[in-house]
Amino acid sequence: MMIDALPLAVTLPLIGAFAVTVSPLHARGLGLMAAVLTAASALSVTAAVWSDGVLRADLGGWGVPLGIALEADGLSAAFLAMANVVALAVSVYAGGYFKQESARHFWPLWLLLWSALNGLFLAADLFNLYVTLELLGISAAALGALTGTREAVAANLRYLLVGLLGSMSYLLGVALIYAAYGVLDIGLVAEAIEPGPVAWTAMTLMIGGLILKAALFPMHFWLPPAHANAPAPVSAALSALVVKAAFYLALRLWLDVFAPVLNEAAANLLGILGAAAVVWGSWRALRAERLKLLAAYSTVAQMGYLFIAFPLLAATPPGLARDNLLAAVVLLALTHGFAKAGFFLAAGMVQKTAGHDRIDDLGGAAQALPAATFAIGLAGVALIGLPPSGTFLAKWVMLEQAMILGLWWWLIVMMVGTLLAAAYIFRVLSRAFNREPTPYRFVNDARTELPALLLGLIATFGLGIAAQPLWVLLEQGAFG
Amino acid sequence: MSFDTWLPAAIVLSSMIPGMLIFLLREESHRLRTLLNMTGALVKVGLVIWMIGGVYDGQNYETRWTLAPGLDLVLRADALSVLFVALSTLLWLVTTIYAIGYLEHSPNRSRFFGFFSVCVSATVGIALSGNLLTFVIFYEILTLATYPLVAHRGTPDAAHGAKVYLAYTMGGGALLLVGAIWLQALVGPVEFTQGGILGVSPEEIRVELILIFFVLLGGLGVKAALVPLHGWLPQAMVAPAPVSALLHAVAVVKAGAFGIVRVVYDVYGVEFAYANGLLLALGILASVTIIYGSLMALTQDSLKKRLAYSTVSQVSYIALGTSIFGPIATIGGVVHLVHQGLMKITLFFCAGNYAETLGVNKVSEMDGVGRRMPWTSLAFTVGALGMIGVPPVAGFVSKWYLGLGAADAGSNWVIAVLIASSLLNAAYFLPILHRAWFRPAPKQWPQEHRHPGRFEIAGALLWPPVITAALALSAGLFAAAPFTPLEWASLIAEREYGR
Repeated sequence: MMIDALPLAVTLPLIGAFAVTVSPLHARGLGLMAAVLTAASALSVTAAVWSDGVLRADLGGWGVPLGIALEADGLSAAFLAMANVVALAVSVYAGGYFKQESARHFWPLWLLLWSALNGLFLAADLFNLYVTLELLGISAAALGALTGTREAVAANLRYLLVGLLGSMSYLLGVALIYAAYGVLDIGLVAEAIEPGPVAWTAMTLMIGGLILKAALFPMHFWLPPAHANAPAPVSAALSALVVKAAFYLALRLWLDVFAPVLNEAAANLLGILGAAAVVWGSWRALRAERLKLLAAYSTVAQMGYLFIAFPLLAATPPGLARDNLLAAVVLLALTHGFAKAGFFLAAGMVQKTAGHDRIDDLGGAAQALPAATFAIGLAGVALIGLPPSGTFLAKWVMLEQAMILGLWWWLIVMMVGTLLAAAYIFRVLSRAFNREPTPYRFVNDARTELPALLLGLIATFGLGIAAQPLWVLLEQGAFG
Repeated sequence: MSFDTWLPAAIVLSSMIPGMLIFLLREESHRLRTLLNMTGALVKVGLVIWMIGGVYDGQNYETRWTLAPGLDLVLRADALSVLFVALSTLLWLVTTIYAIGYLEHSPNRSRFFGFFSVCVSATVGIALSGNLLTFVIFYEILTLATYPLVAHRGTPDAAHGAKVYLAYTMGGGALLLVGAIWLQALVGPVEFTQGGILGVSPEEIRVELILIFFVLLGGLGVKAALVPLHGWLPQAMVAPAPVSALLHAVAVVKAGAFGIVRVVYDVYGVEFAYANGLLLALGILASVTIIYGSLMALTQDSLKKRLAYSTVSQVSYIALGTSIFGPIATIGGVVHLVHQGLMKITLFFCAGNYAETLGVNKVSEMDGVGRRMPWTSLAFTVGALGMIGVPPVAGFVSKWYLGLGAADAGSNWVIAVLIASSLLNAAYFLPILHRAWFRPAPKQWPQEHRHPGRFEIAGALLWPPVITAALALSAGLFAAAPFTPLEWASLIAEREYGR
C-alpha cells in the first residue's frame, strides 16, 4: 500500500495537469485538489521512508535495467517533503493570486513542473533523471514568462536556453557512462564505475551541467532577471525548488555515483565558486533596488553556501562527523527552500499592495501588511542565518566541522556572507517603520498571507527547534 | 517529565507566548493586550519566586532539548542566573505598567508590546542559558527583538539610531558566534560550570584559548558598551522612554555584562583567567570605559544622553568586579548587576516623565522641576545619589564591596578608578539635583501637559519610578537581610570560589 504512494507522487500532478488543461474553467478547483493529493502522497512517501527505510517501485513490472524505477531514501524523502510542503503553500497562494485568465495558463504548467520535480527526487536511474530535469527546465521557463512582459520573456528565454545547455551537458555525461558501463541505474553505476578518463569526463559534464542549472557563480547570470520578473508564486517555486533540485542531483551524484572517482581538487573548486557566490550574490542583493531582485540575488548567495559543503564533505572522513555534516547541509538547503519561498510570496503581496517593489519607497505598504512583513522578517532571519532558524543550526554544524578540520577560511567567508545578508534583509525591514499610523489588522488576505507566514515560521522556528527528525530520516541511506 | 525539568522553559515561555498572541491583536483591543501583558508578567513573577526558593535549597532545575546531535538547548537555574532572572522579571513587570501608561493613545502598540515581550523572554533566556550555544541563540534573539523597539517611532532619527544599533550588535553577534564555534571545535560542547571548564585544558591550546577570550569579549563588549564598542548606546536614545529604561537597566547592556561574568567564571574559570592575564586586560578595559563614560556624561546637555553615558560607565563596574581576583570584588560586581538596574531604570522613568509632562528633555531646562513634580524628582534624586554612591542607597553597597575587594586583591589602582569615577558621577549628577530643587522654575515649561488627577502625572507613570527608587533605597538600607541582592551575590561568590 505504502509503495503505491511512490508512483502516485509523480503521476497525480500529471493527471492534475491533464485535468486542468481539459477543463480550464475549473482550473483553480481542480488544480488545488491535485495539489493537496500530490502533497499528501509525497508526504506519505516521506513518512514511509521514515518508518520502514528505503522504498523502491519498478513500474510496469520490468526490473532493472529495463523498467522505470523509482526509489526513495532518506535524502530524497527529505527534499521531497520540503518541496511538497512549499509547493502546496505556493498552490494555495496562487489560488488567491491569479485571476481567471492567468490562472488558466498557470495551473497546467505548474502541475507539470511539480510532477517533474517529484520525479527528479524519486527517479532511480540516470536517464529518467535527465527526462525529469529537462521537463523541469522547460516548464519552469514557461511559467517564468507567464506575465508576458518583454523583460520576463527575454529573461526566461535565456533561462530556457541555459537550462537546455545544462541538461545537454548532463545527457552527454550519461551517454558516456552508458557507453562505458552499459547501465543507468544509480546503484548499478556506482558499483561499476572506476577511476579513469571516462568517469572523470562524465563527472565533469554532469556536475558541470547541474551547476549551470543550480546557478552557481559565475554561471548565475541567468537567474536574477528570470526569478525577479516571474509572478510571485512562480518566483517562489523557481528560487526555492527548481535550483534546489539541481543541487540535490549534484549532491546525489557526488555521494552515490562518483564517490570512487572524487578528488579534493574538484571539491575545492566547487567550494571556491560557492564562496565567490556567497560574497558576490550578497553584495548584489545589498545593492538591488527592487525587492524581488534582492531576493533573487540572495538565492545566488544561498546556493553558494550549499556548495561550500563539498570541500567540507570531502575533507571529513566517513563516520558520525560526516553524517552530521551532511545532515546540516540538507538542513541548510531545506531551510532555504522554506524561507525563500516565504520571502517571495510575501514580497508578492507587498508588490501587489504597493503597485511596485522599489525597496526605498515601500514604507506604507510594509506597515499596512503586518502578516506579510512578519513573513519577510521570519524568512529574513532564516536567510541571514540567525537563531532560532534552521540555517543557524546548519551553519553552526558546518562551521564547527570546518574549524575542527582547520579550514578556518570557510568560517570567514560564511561570516562575511551572514553580515551582508543581515544588511540587505534589514534594509528591507527598516521600511516597515514609518510614522503613518495604520489600522492594525494582522492578517488582511488569509489565502495569500498565511502560506507565506507559515513557510517563514517553518524555516525560523520549525527547522531551528525541531530539526532532530531530519537526522533520523537521513540515516535511511539507499546506497551508502 | 517533572515540573522541575520544565520550570526554566516555562519562565521563558511565560512572556514569549503572550508576546506572540499580542502580535495578532487588533490595534484597538487594548484591554485584552493589557490583560495578556499583566498575566504574563505576574505568572513569570510567581514562577521565579518558586525558582528562587528551590535554588536556595540547592534544587536543580534544567530543561534540555536536543537541537541536533551534540547541540543541546539547555536552560538551567543556578544562583547567578536566578539573580538576573529575578531582576528582569521584576523590572519587566514595572516597565510594562509604565509602558502601558506611556504609550496610551500612540500608534502601533500591538507591535510594540509584542516585541517588548519577546525582548524580555530573550533576556530571561540569556540568564538561564546553561551552555554557550543557548547563550548565543538568545543573545541574537535579543538583538532581533530590540531592533523594532528602537526603530518604533519611525522618525528618521529613530531609523538612524536603529541602524547604528543593528550594525554594532550584528557585528558583535558575529564575533560571539565565531568565538563560540571556535571554542566548541577545540573543547567540545561548552556547558557553563561553576569554576569553569578550561582549567584542565592542555597546554598547547592555551594561546588559542586566550585569543578566543578576546573574540568573545569583543562580541559581548558591544552589548555591554565597553569602550570603544559603546557607540550605539547614546544613539539608541531615540527609543521611547520605557524601551530606554529596559535597554539600560535590564535587557541589552546587562546581557553583555552578564555574558562577561559567565564567560569569566563559568567557562574560563576565574583562576585560569587570572593566571593568563585575562582578568587584568578586562580590568583595564573596564576602567577606561568607566572613566571615559563619566567624562562624556559630563558634557551632555540632553538628559537621556547624559544618562546613556552614565550607563556606559556604570555597567562596566560589573566587568570591573569580575576582573578583580577575589570573592569580595565578585560580590561587588555581581550585586551591581541588580543595583545599577534598579537605579538606572528609575532615572529613565523619571526622564520620561519630565519629557511627557513638561517637555523637558535637557538638563539646562530642569530648573525648578523638583517643586513642580516632587514625586518624580524625589525618585530621580534617590537614583542619582545611588549612582554617585551615597549611602544608604544601593550604589554605595556595590562600590564599597568593589573597593574592599580591590584592596583585598592588592589592586590599589582600582580604588583610584573608583574614587575618580565617583567624583565624576557627582560632577554630572549633582548639578541636575541642584537645578531641580534649588533653582526657580521658569515662567513657562517647554511643552506642558497638566494632569487632572491628584498627582503630578498619571499613576501608571508615577508609581513605577517611585517603587524602583524605594527598592534601590531598601536594597542598600537592608543589604544584610536575607534574600537581598547582596546576600544572593554573596551566595554566588561563595559557590564560585568555595569549591
